[in-house]
Amino acid sequence: MTSATIDAVPAELVRGRGGGGPAPTRTVVAYGFWIFIVSDITMFSALFAAYAVLSGRTAGGPTAGELVNLPHVFIETMCLLLSSYAAGLGALSAERWRQDRFLIFSVFTFLLGAVFLFIEISDFAAMMKVGAGPSRSAFLSAYWALVGAHGAHVTSGLVWLIYMMAQVVAKGLRPHVLRRLLCFSLFWHALDIIWVGVLTVVYLMGVP
Amino acid sequence: MLGKLSWSVIPFSQPLPLYAMGVVGLAILAVLGIITRKGWWPYLWREWLTSVDHKRIGVMYLILALIMLLRGYSDAIMMRSQQAIAVGGAQGYLPPDHYNQIFSSHGTIMIFFVAMPFVIGLMNFVVPLQLGVRDVAFPVLNSVSFWLSASGALLINVSLVIGNFARTGWMGYPPLSELAFSPDQGVDYYLWVLQISGIGTLFAGINMVTTILKLRAPGMTYFRMPVFCWSALTSSILIVVAFPILTATFAMLLLDRYLGMHFFTNNAGGNMMMYVNLFWAWGHPEVYILILPAFGVFSEVIATFSRKPLFSYRSMVLALLAICVLSFMVWLHHFFTMGASADVNAFFGIMSMIIGVPTGVKVFNWLFTLFRGRIVFTTPVLYSIGFMVTFVIGGMTGILLAVPPVDFVLHNSVFLVAHFHNVIIGGVLFGAFAGYNYWFPKAFGFTLDERWGKASFWCWLVGFYLAFMPLYVLGMMGMTRRLQHIADPSWRPLLLVAELGAIVIFLAILCMAAQLYVSIRTRASRRDLTGDPWNGRTLEWATSSPPPAYNFAVMPRVATIDAFWEMKRRGLTAIEPAYEPIEMPRNSPIGFIIAFFAVITGFSLIWQIWWLVILGLLAILLTVLVFGWSENRQLEIAAGDVARLERVRLGLGRPA
Amino acid sequence: MHDWRYATPDALLRPSSNAPEGARNSRLRHWLAGCAPMLVCSCQRQGILDPQGPIASAQQLLLINATEIMLVVVVPVILATLGFAWWYRSSNTRAKRSEELAYEGRIDFVVWSIPALVVILLGGVNWIGSHELDPRAPISANAKPLQVDVVSLDWKWLFIYPDQGIAAVNQLVIPAGTPINFHLTSATVMNSFLIQQLGSQIYTMPGMTTHLNLLADNPGEYPGISANFSGDGFADMRFTAKAVRTADFDAWVAQVRGSGPALDSPGYAALAKPSEAVPPMTYRSVEPKLFERIVNQTVIGSQ
Repeated sequence: MTSATIDAVPAELVRGRGGGGPAPTRTVVAYGFWIFIVSDITMFSALFAAYAVLSGRTAGGPTAGELVNLPHVFIETMCLLLSSYAAGLGALSAERWRQDRFLIFSVFTFLLGAVFLFIEISDFAAMMKVGAGPSRSAFLSAYWALVGAHGAHVTSGLVWLIYMMAQVVAKGLRPHVLRRLLCFSLFWHALDIIWVGVLTVVYLMGVP
Repeated sequence: MLGKLSWSVIPFSQPLPLYAMGVVGLAILAVLGIITRKGWWPYLWREWLTSVDHKRIGVMYLILALIMLLRGYSDAIMMRSQQAIAVGGAQGYLPPDHYNQIFSSHGTIMIFFVAMPFVIGLMNFVVPLQLGVRDVAFPVLNSVSFWLSASGALLINVSLVIGNFARTGWMGYPPLSELAFSPDQGVDYYLWVLQISGIGTLFAGINMVTTILKLRAPGMTYFRMPVFCWSALTSSILIVVAFPILTATFAMLLLDRYLGMHFFTNNAGGNMMMYVNLFWAWGHPEVYILILPAFGVFSEVIATFSRKPLFSYRSMVLALLAICVLSFMVWLHHFFTMGASADVNAFFGIMSMIIGVPTGVKVFNWLFTLFRGRIVFTTPVLYSIGFMVTFVIGGMTGILLAVPPVDFVLHNSVFLVAHFHNVIIGGVLFGAFAGYNYWFPKAFGFTLDERWGKASFWCWLVGFYLAFMPLYVLGMMGMTRRLQHIADPSWRPLLLVAELGAIVIFLAILCMAAQLYVSIRTRASRRDLTGDPWNGRTLEWATSSPPPAYNFAVMPRVATIDAFWEMKRRGLTAIEPAYEPIEMPRNSPIGFIIAFFAVITGFSLIWQIWWLVILGLLAILLTVLVFGWSENRQLEIAAGDVARLERVRLGLGRPA
Repeated sequence: MHDWRYATPDALLRPSSNAPEGARNSRLRHWLAGCAPMLVCSCQRQGILDPQGPIASAQQLLLINATEIMLVVVVPVILATLGFAWWYRSSNTRAKRSEELAYEGRIDFVVWSIPALVVILLGGVNWIGSHELDPRAPISANAKPLQVDVVSLDWKWLFIYPDQGIAAVNQLVIPAGTPINFHLTSATVMNSFLIQQLGSQIYTMPGMTTHLNLLADNPGEYPGISANFSGDGFADMRFTAKAVRTADFDAWVAQVRGSGPALDSPGYAALAKPSEAVPPMTYRSVEPKLFERIVNQTVIGSQ
């Protein structure tokens, strides 16, 4: 492109040091979303820290060992991992303009995420029944907040997924729709990573 | 039906807040009336409220900051007056119930609704121009950010009349902020206001990081960016990594208060020390979020008005990056007295001193920028020199407080209060005012009146010293902070001097108001016709004043630091390029609409009107979904229009 | 020029009229440091400037030494700032100018070294001082330490002498020259126990015990406060620390044992009710393990 030039330095010399000019929109959007994910991970870190500090403070109430249902946790983990896998396949299909395949994989992504949520919510309900609600002790407050925050993110992700599927059906795989799908993929995979953290800190480490 | 709202929450029996709100309410009605009479609503809606232009949004942030400065200042003068009067046996005119709300709102407003908007506003306005690009990475998100901050500001002022504000201090430590000890809505106002505006700030940080790292003019490598952009980058990185901690912490306190959980309660295992740690893990980076852009302003101002490049650009950048990283390693110095071991205290004390090294380096580099320069004493330069003198004193007292045994006797005293006002007023506020004076002509096309500007500087300087130097002495004499009345009458002379200082600061604010008024009235004699009133060095001065919506008709190619200076040196500023059509984002109302529903949702959360909360949240969700579905959000400006505008700027054509 | 009022993309852009630019002033003024008169109070020395114990004396010394070390850098920087600003003003024809000076390695090295060296020195001071003046560290003296249990309530201070079996509210009588070993807690919200002339403060927190050691060198009366805001009655949460000779202390203990109410469970429950500006009083006996029960929050009156 022509411009009011200063003696132009050849573009090749500056591209490596960040002198290539404004990045394309897709890069900018994805990068911005990554930075958002960094902020979300920081928020989860604060919740993880709170959990670590409060995990022993059960105030005479139920402990992690008494409450955790490891088989359910295993199924939840598999659901999320497979859901991420399906989402990955969906993203690849979208990149290759295969709208039909994208929709099928998205349905699987959604269903597996929904199963995860269903198990988690019924576990929470069971905990309430035995008096292990979040107001029983500091440990339970931290547990509910951490696991609940992750679950709330999964819920928003599912709502977003439905919305994206609707957009793809209505508008097709246009550039701005693809950019949003990219953001959704980042979000969904990041949630999976957070779950691995929850799995490790809360379930595997917390249960003797 | 209306949650906890009832007529009894309006303080009919307390004249002061009612009169205050009465006056403010009348002022607001008057402004709205004038706008309606003159038929300015369509203009305001089209050009400002729905604008996604970073320049417009930057100006609106500054307007918000200046208005909230008045509110924060009125809290301050009330506190100073109360402390000057209520000495010995006297009780003053503010009962503890009020006084405690006033100092809590003073801190909250000054940090979140004066300093933050000022700094974010300057970054918003200047950074895309300095980078040689058309706007930030996410213009609509930028508008949402601003309007969420404005929502928070509105809600915190509502707390004057409907209910109370928190009575916990601006930090909101539990157990005092828990339901057991703060049963009314005050702490809820504090928490929801800051959650709402915190989301806005977080988005602004994400926007700025992405813009600076991914959107720069061709040829502008990292080490050719202006130092202000580096300071904006480091500050924004801190926003992105620190604010979510505050969000999580406040969420936990809200869960304690609303759902009876036990994160920080006295019973059932809650841990109040964890709140203190988490709060300050955000709180310390926050003060660097405020000061780093101010450092950037000073770097630009000192270099421009010394007619020299900034001394040792690389050191300055390295210092900014070092401060950015180190700011996460010092948080415990805010609570040395909470009983940590000597090893832990000493570690954090030493880290706090280490962070003084890059700061000291910056001061020396500014000094060497002045050295052998050709200094012109405009208002921004006066603020810069006032800063250099004042900030080193504040930094010195900070390092004193970073020695744990010294902190053990001075923590929470007015010595501490003097220290942080020293660095915030001498650093952040002076930087904000320097930036305001410096970039005003770029925003509005005429410079500010110099005489009133200098008068306001001197009043700020003298007022600051009068108001806060006595507090250093009083702190060493045993006066702690947040006292509604003072037992020792021998402290009265110093408190009266501090009161005098607060009055001089009021004069300073009056001078600033006069400056604005006079400048607007006499703007014809101070028009900036070239776009470069100060003989500047960086790219924002390569545009007209004010710049067109698209900033640069053609993005400049950058080959050096101080790109515009280089362009002038080589006589390249008046070359007419080949114009092309420019695509710009259309205006969008969703920022305003989301903020509107955020105010409703926030208010209903505070007063526990649950059906309204659900409606508000659904409305926000719906707005986002509808916006997400919309097309045609870009608008093209034809090459011919671009050419016409540019020719006027370059003096190649007659004004239309 | 573009009209600043209209800049949105879809509005017509109307340039504003031409007008000559105004002249610019540039004047420099010397200013006196407005802070100088404020640094010295006309009244007598108080607080940390009048230390009455070894901890406070050491802290005052640290304060003064650290300040002096930093002034060695700060004062020249301030003078240089004002000096350079004045000398290199644009109207000064005698000043040498160097419009391209943007970097010099030697200056850069010095610029990084000076703060680094100061910080290394102060860092050492910091480490040593933090360990020597750790609130938990017992003070060595000729006398046997006296234990005092401190409870911050809304809005008064309760001092329990577990070995003497007495208690006092808003007055702390201690023998001079004897190390006092404080165990502190709070019954309600966070406070901070501070007798500035004797030394350090420490937070008091419910459910937890913090530790502090102080010593008063000489007999005298020293103001004590809470240094962490705790609510409406905070400003009156003051007490007097009276250091007396050992014989006088023993006499005081005997006298307290002879009169006044007992600090039993009902007595404590009454005391724990919120009250402000409580006048000093004493209790002739204290229920055993009361302090421990306050810390465990098993006593009536806890929240």
